[in-house]
Parts: sequence; C-alpha cells; structure tokens
Amino acid sequence: MPRLTHEPIDSACLLREVQSTRAGAVVLFLGTTREYTHGRRTASLEYECYRDMAQQKLEQLQAEACQKWSLVHCVIVHRLGDVDLGEASVAVAVSAPHREAAFAAGKWLIDTIKEAVPIWKKENWHDGTSEWVHPGMSQ
Amino acid sequence: MNFEVKLFAGAKEIAGKDLVVVSLEAGATVADLRTALVQSLPALQETIEHVKFAVNHDYADDDTRLSPDSEIACIPPVSGG
Repeated sequence: MPRLTHEPIDSACLLREVQSTRAGAVVLFLGTTREYTHGRRTASLEYECYRDMAQQKLEQLQAEACQKWSLVHCVIVHRLGDVDLGEASVAVAVSAPHREAAFAAGKWLIDTIKEAVPIWKKENWHDGTSEWVHPGMSQ
Repeated sequence: MNFEVKLFAGAKEIAGKDLVVVSLEAGATVADLRTALVQSLPALQETIEHVKFAVNHDYADDDTRLSPDSEIACIPPVSGG
C-alpha cells in the first residue's frame, strides 16, 4: 500500500521490499530536493496533501500500473511536511521479470503521480520568502 | 443549502482558512460552486479558473451535481513529486 509519511525515505529498505527471485529487474526512482531552480536558491521544501484522496489516488495508480505491466512488486512513498535539501520527497520502486516493464511502469507512475495526486509543495527560498507551487498559475 | 469546501495550499493561504461554507440552491453543480466561492471569497478570483474540484475524493466536471453529504474539495494545480 502506498505510504504518505513525515519520516525520511529509506531507499535501501524500499529496494529490499521490491526485490524478489521472481524479478529480473528493479527500478528505483527518487525525487530529491534541488538547491537551485532557474538560478533561485531553495532552503527547504514543505509538502501537504489532501490525505484521504491522495491515499486513494496512489492506491488506484498502483493498481493500474499492476494491470498495465507485469510487475512483481510496486512501492510508492511520498513525504509530507518539511524536506531538507538533497533528501528524497518521493520514491517509486518497482520490480518486474524484465526491465522494459520495470522502466515503463516506474516512469508512468512518477509522471502520473505528479499530474493527478493532490499533493502540493511549498518552496521555502533561501532569501526567507516562500510560495506554493501551482504549475500553470503565475506566482 | 450550505456546502463545506476544503481548501489546500495556495487557495488555503489566499483564503486564510482551510474550510469555507458556501450557500447553494439544491441541485447546484460544480460550476455553480465556482461562482459562489468567488462571491464568498473575492480574493480567489484569479485562482478559481485554475482549480479543479473533487467530490467524494474524485475529480469532478463542472456539470457534476452536488449533494449535501458530498465531501467537496478545491484542488489547485498539484505539485507533488
């Protein structure tokens, strides 16, 4: 079941969760906190979500990925609250008998999570200002 | 009839609260809610055209009808990941 958590993401633990003797391929995607965006310096990110809907959407996406591709395991974790520079804010780990399915499912999952799941990030800039990130809206 | 609407992120920040109550006729749609929300909170004028609404945890079209027991949320463009 996908997880929304305030705790740091342990990527080694995620890899152990998805590894299996039935899998010939494991793909791990981590989205990490970048220090500079278009030359502007970030101090930290802050995430909030619409908890019930976000959990439900992540479960739907996980189920859909398992229908589209032949996967052995699929784990999704997204951070909430403050995330420091360099830390992972999201992780998608999938295992499959063959690499094509593992890469395709991992890419589809992170792309679709970013489009459809009600989670928002706030940029806390190094200059002390902050703003919610809403793609397509002028800041 | 009163409807509670959950607000998040930038919409919550603009409104200064995470829940707003709007009054709508019975049988009102998401489009009616959009109009009523801006009347109730004029500061949301620029944001409202960009937001989606969720009814009972699913994205809803503008012609979706609201019922009093619906859980309604205003969903500004998402930015997880």
